[in-house]
Amino acid sequence: MEKYLSVKKVNKHFGKFQALKDVNFDVQEGEFVCILGPSGCGKTTLLRVIAGLESQSEGEINQNNKNISQLPPDQRDFGIVFQSYALFPNLTVKNNISFGLKTRKQNKDVIDRRVDELLNLVGLSDHINKYSAQLSGGEQQRVALARALAPSPGLLLLDEPLSALDAKVRQHLRLEIKNLQRKLGVTTIMVTHDQEEALTMADRIILMNKGVIEQEGSPQDIYSKPTTAFSANFIGTTNLFKANKISSNSIEIHGSILECNDDIKDDVSTVTIRPEDVKISNSENNQNIFTGTVKELEFLGSNIRGHIEVNFKSQTDIVICNFASEYIQNHNIQKDTSINISLQPHAIKIVKD
Amino acid sequence: MKKSRDDYLTLFFISIIGFYIFIALAFPMYAILSKSFENKDGAFIGFENYQSYFENSSLVYSIYNSLFISIVTMVITISLAFVFAYALTKSRMAGKGVFRSIAMIPILVPSLLSGISLIYLFGKQGIFRELLMGYEIYGPIGIIIAEVFYTFPHALLIIVTALSIGDARLYEAAKVLRSKSIRTFFTVTLPSAKYGVISAAFVVFTLVITDFGIPKVIGGNYNVLAVDVYKQVIGQQNFEMGAVVSMVLVFPALIAFAVDRIVQRKQVAILTSRSVVHEPNESKTFDRVMFGYCSAISVLILTILGMCFYASLVTFWPYNLTLSLKNYQFDLMDGGGWDSYYNSIRMACYTAFFGTIVVFAGAYFVEKSRGLKTGRSILHLLSMMPMAIPGLVLGLAYIFFFNHPDNPLNFLYGTMAILVICTITHFYTVSHLTALTSLKQIDNEFEHVSSSLKQPFYKTLFRVTVPISLPAIFEIGIYFFVNAMTTVSAVVFLYSSKTTLASVAVLNMDDAGDIAPAAAMGMMIFYTNAAVRIVYVIATKKILVRFQNWRKKTS
Repeated sequence: MEKYLSVKKVNKHFGKFQALKDVNFDVQEGEFVCILGPSGCGKTTLLRVIAGLESQSEGEINQNNKNISQLPPDQRDFGIVFQSYALFPNLTVKNNISFGLKTRKQNKDVIDRRVDELLNLVGLSDHINKYSAQLSGGEQQRVALARALAPSPGLLLLDEPLSALDAKVRQHLRLEIKNLQRKLGVTTIMVTHDQEEALTMADRIILMNKGVIEQEGSPQDIYSKPTTAFSANFIGTTNLFKANKISSNSIEIHGSILECNDDIKDDVSTVTIRPEDVKISNSENNQNIFTGTVKELEFLGSNIRGHIEVNFKSQTDIVICNFASEYIQNHNIQKDTSINISLQPHAIKIVKD
Repeated sequence: MKKSRDDYLTLFFISIIGFYIFIALAFPMYAILSKSFENKDGAFIGFENYQSYFENSSLVYSIYNSLFISIVTMVITISLAFVFAYALTKSRMAGKGVFRSIAMIPILVPSLLSGISLIYLFGKQGIFRELLMGYEIYGPIGIIIAEVFYTFPHALLIIVTALSIGDARLYEAAKVLRSKSIRTFFTVTLPSAKYGVISAAFVVFTLVITDFGIPKVIGGNYNVLAVDVYKQVIGQQNFEMGAVVSMVLVFPALIAFAVDRIVQRKQVAILTSRSVVHEPNESKTFDRVMFGYCSAISVLILTILGMCFYASLVTFWPYNLTLSLKNYQFDLMDGGGWDSYYNSIRMACYTAFFGTIVVFAGAYFVEKSRGLKTGRSILHLLSMMPMAIPGLVLGLAYIFFFNHPDNPLNFLYGTMAILVICTITHFYTVSHLTALTSLKQIDNEFEHVSSSLKQPFYKTLFRVTVPISLPAIFEIGIYFFVNAMTTVSAVVFLYSSKTTLASVAVLNMDDAGDIAPAAAMGMMIFYTNAAVRIVYVIATKKILVRFQNWRKKTS
């Protein structure tokens, strides 16, 4: 794969506020990259800078080996889909899609064929002469996608494309967009605040916080190997503890010493354990096993999430863990039941603050 | 960032519109300001003119008079209009549409027509003169009654808007909490309409203090600022003093304008997109009272209009009451004859056509173009200024600027073009705001999508933005047309013998004592405006719908 887009040391200031701080990343050709982060983290600004709708204060953007940093949007090569769809309400589906096709005096037949092809692609062939007010949200979003793809842009930008839709439609479209992207091989950057969306759709996630890239990597890596407390906490649910180094294979949490298989450096201060890595244990005589009391049980459907008050040496702390519903029933676990939990050495991950 | 062709085109058009506004507004205003500091020979004399103005007690007294009638009219109009608006929005009485249409009538006639009507009703040979119990209609009483008639619809429109944004959820909350209806009125209705009422009050104040037609016709010896400007210029040819009085007149108008803008901004903040429209409850007694009130007001409005209608058809008031069209033989009178009427129609058409284009283009570049932030803010600021400038002052400023022998645009003086330019400028702000409001409702991302699709901005403008904005564009055109037909103040200094206008003819015929023909010409203006409005309503219902299919939910 070849490097298609590279963002180098991009900074963006709005007056005194710095929206982007030294942002660096590359996107490979054909890759689907998600820029993920909470609202106000700078992700939308970053997308707008890539599109040229906003100009960066410093830094450089290269697309297809060409420096596009100073080009206005209409001289860059991208298609964009907004959260609001921004479909032209007075034009039919057909005319929306062909809007970008009529610059070069293209043959009418060629345009019609392209529109048909795109409508087929997004599965809306029956709606060719409708107006956007006559379409559902999901259909509108697919038209917006077809319109953006019509001129075959080298880069597709998606700005929170699914946020305005119902949960069911959203799940369905997620897959559809992902499959479409894979089929067309178009390099895609999507901005979202929804971690589930990012995890299911992206080849690679760029996680942002306060204008800085916190971590980038494949969804699996970001989930299982968070490097910072923010990544661990933002993606999925997790337990975070203050910790200190004791030896090359042990750490201290609330006065208790635990074995830990992660690479322990001298400046360790925080560790994270995913709820699914917290196990219930029958034995008591192990270094990483603690006694505790069930304080809360949240029903999540297939799972039940327990909030356990765990007795560490110097104080108690709440640890969140996941149970299978069956397990809860079989062992008659209720509020205030005493149980032992095990924080296994390989599950304890060291993260930066 | 590099400039694309779109950016250069935008810059080019913003410059053209900016240049136009400078010529039509900024330069003339500078001319009148500097004139007020000059003597007859054009030498700078500092505040000497102002000094002699404030030493002239009869001129200074006009300030008190102007403030007096403006404030009294403001209080009366706002009270009457508030109850009327309350009835239209918060009751379930019958005939709301009819009442609303009747209340809008004063907008369709020149302000001075109500003065003429009052002369027939309460003047020396008036039908109801005994009702005044010895008081004279010529003077503050007449002025105030006529001004209330003239300003009523303006106040009503603003207050209706303010009352209709009252959020239904607040009313439901009040009901659930068992609030008495009187308490609901003071805690829910009034606070949400507060800014609208304040804004309406200042609009009325400005309209009255800058109006010159009514005090001219029915003021008698009661002098006000606006008439002083006219008298200084037309009567005494004292242009410098005219400029000074103009500046004195601009001052309260500017303050009222500034307050209105601040208040309007707060009003917008109340309006959230989540608000739910309030449907009033049925209450027979309340509805009947409101119906009675609105009927009474409507009868008053119709009486004033009807009197003019009748007077225009009476052969010789009050001696020969047989009906004839004698008063419509304008060619036999002073004031320019039927030509003035045709000139007015032409002027109104040009104003509507060119005004709409300039205003819409201006608002488009202010709201939708990319970059050039400073240029766009300046353009917006200039577009807001005309509202603060009384028509009379603008007209006088045009004399100073365009009639200056060194001005290369001197050739415009005395032409139809200068009347059109002046009228467009005079009514620029309201139209600009209409266009801006409509454009703000259109997603800004349309422009971004188009540039990502490599389309020039004008393609989006003509294929998307303009079609969506058609209702607002028609609204602006009608607004320009109606106002161009009725305006007197902005054009009274600028017409020539070849470009006499109907509204000015009303003034001049009244001045010459031909009151019945003045009423007849006023009615001609009313018929025209009413016809245009009716055609407009039909057109929007029938024709526009054809081009607005896309608004429908089903195909």
